[in-house]
Amino acid sequence: MSDPVIRINKMNKWFGNFHVLRDIDLNVAAGEKTVICGPSGSGKSTLIRCINRLEAHQEGEIEVEGVTLDGSLKNLEEIRSNVGMVFQQFNLFPHMTVLENCTLSPIWVQQKSQAEAETLARELLERVRIPDQADKYPGQLSGGQQQRVAIARALCMNPRIMLFDEPTSALDPEMIKEVLDVMVELANEGMTMLCVTHEMGFARQVADRVIFMDEGEIVEENAPEAFFSNPENERTQLFLSQVLTH
Amino acid sequence: MSSWTPTAPRPAPSNTVGFVAWARANLFATKLDTALTLLAFTLVVYVVEAIFGWAIIDASFTGDDRTACLKEVQGACWPFIEAKFGQFIYGRYPDAERWRVDLVFLSGLIGLIPMLMPNVGFKRANMIYLLGFYPIFAFIMLNGGMLGLATVDTTDWGGLLVTLVVAITGIVASLPLGILLALGRRSDLPIVRALCIGFIEIFRGVPLITVLFMASVMLPLFLPDGINFDKLVRCLIGVALFSSAYMAEVVRGGLQAIPKGQYEAAAALGLGYWKTTHLIILPQALKLVIPGIVNTFIGLFKDTTLVLIVGLFDLLGIVQLHFTDASWATPETHITGYVFAGAVFWLFCFAMSRYSIFMENHLSTDRTSS
Repeated sequence: MSDPVIRINKMNKWFGNFHVLRDIDLNVAAGEKTVICGPSGSGKSTLIRCINRLEAHQEGEIEVEGVTLDGSLKNLEEIRSNVGMVFQQFNLFPHMTVLENCTLSPIWVQQKSQAEAETLARELLERVRIPDQADKYPGQLSGGQQQRVAIARALCMNPRIMLFDEPTSALDPEMIKEVLDVMVELANEGMTMLCVTHEMGFARQVADRVIFMDEGEIVEENAPEAFFSNPENERTQLFLSQVLTH
Repeated sequence: MSSWTPTAPRPAPSNTVGFVAWARANLFATKLDTALTLLAFTLVVYVVEAIFGWAIIDASFTGDDRTACLKEVQGACWPFIEAKFGQFIYGRYPDAERWRVDLVFLSGLIGLIPMLMPNVGFKRANMIYLLGFYPIFAFIMLNGGMLGLATVDTTDWGGLLVTLVVAITGIVASLPLGILLALGRRSDLPIVRALCIGFIEIFRGVPLITVLFMASVMLPLFLPDGINFDKLVRCLIGVALFSSAYMAEVVRGGLQAIPKGQYEAAAALGLGYWKTTHLIILPQALKLVIPGIVNTFIGLFKDTTLVLIVGLFDLLGIVQLHFTDASWATPETHITGYVFAGAVFWLFCFAMSRYSIFMENHLSTDRTSS
């Protein structure tokens, strides 16, 4: 395996007195697809939100592509420009058109010209299969379309790592597939992906590794086949029996 | 396997649409509804007839002094307004120089009207004209003392001129100041936050009259000899600071309503604090609080009448001043003057209100609009 692009070492985090992440050790290699699952409240979202410092950790180290994530604003900017993020609630900017949502970061952060940014945005909207929605507002799109815009918006920064925080949890069943298809395609193109999700089919199909978390700890991690067919930990078995049989 | 074809839409039954159906459903649905409708209708007729009679039928329209308004049944005394109209608009601004005020009004409208129309271009140039060039131009024209213009002391300004100068300065200054105060109040920096909270709570906690008194009477006592601000300028500053405290709380209401996810998405895209604020948060927050902002503007516009307390004569002040003119002393002079002043204030406030509704609709990005 090549050198890790994300290194997390003995990381701890508290919300007030609540110890939400406990001694997390995690290395992610370039191009690796990692799926994180676990019951709600297990800290999986908080973990990936720590990687671009939407949440600040209190102990231990996080390093993204060799840059240490500490209080330094310069390091933070560098990391955020290399890490794209997709949220459960899409978080599109409702006062901007789809195209404006996508060109925002290229223009204002990466100082690209308007024309250059628009070309890029249209290319990526094509890639997520909604090129004809570019001039609509997010409120005029379906949930699945909105989430695909959110993916295109993140990709417009040309990131090397993508974080997905339950990207399909807020979607109707008919829309989940269109978002997952885009994610599978992205995975096949070699993007480094960390994905918090309960879509076990997706995990089986693209993940290199599945991580199971509970109570702020990584309980078990394994390749998907071994993880699903032969979970080692009792807690993992219980979780899987509930997720897979419902 | 059977296939499913959706049912085609049919028009609504005819007895549920149209005026008759509407009236039947909303006005005459029950006996009680019918009685209430008739009662309300009678009341409306009675009130409209009374107003119409006073303002038109029994009113005087021509005349040069009080004798025109002393009929047995006397309505409004409009000649009073006509005779004093110049005073009501310009105050004691010298007759020969009033074209300067007209020019300032006109050049303001020329900039303002296209600015208010969203589809007209050149917004940036217009902004520079309105906020950069226009205030300086207006100051030079109104105050004079240069370019060969005679100086007109601000104590001679009055009427609608003073009302508009105070209100527009207050409106233009209070929005940006209020935004900065609101951002400061939500800041993570403790000193900035404390200063903003202190400012807002002090100015919001005292009556405007107190602020104006302080600005006009107390302030000169603290300033060293020889330094003396114009009374109007002191009032302008007082009104601007006062209304910015109110504006700050209105804007803060909008800021609170923006979901945390918007900040997070902006952060994840690499935008810093100022870019996030300017590109993501403020456009949404301000749109949400347009009714509150316009509410504050309207309140401010009407509060300008309080400058009377420090000896400046705004529209209402100057109307009241002319009640003392013996040559127009009639029983109807007061009410006519107040109705006129009220109508002028109402016109401006109603215009602002309608414009705010227009902007709300224009800025809406819901599914229903496109």
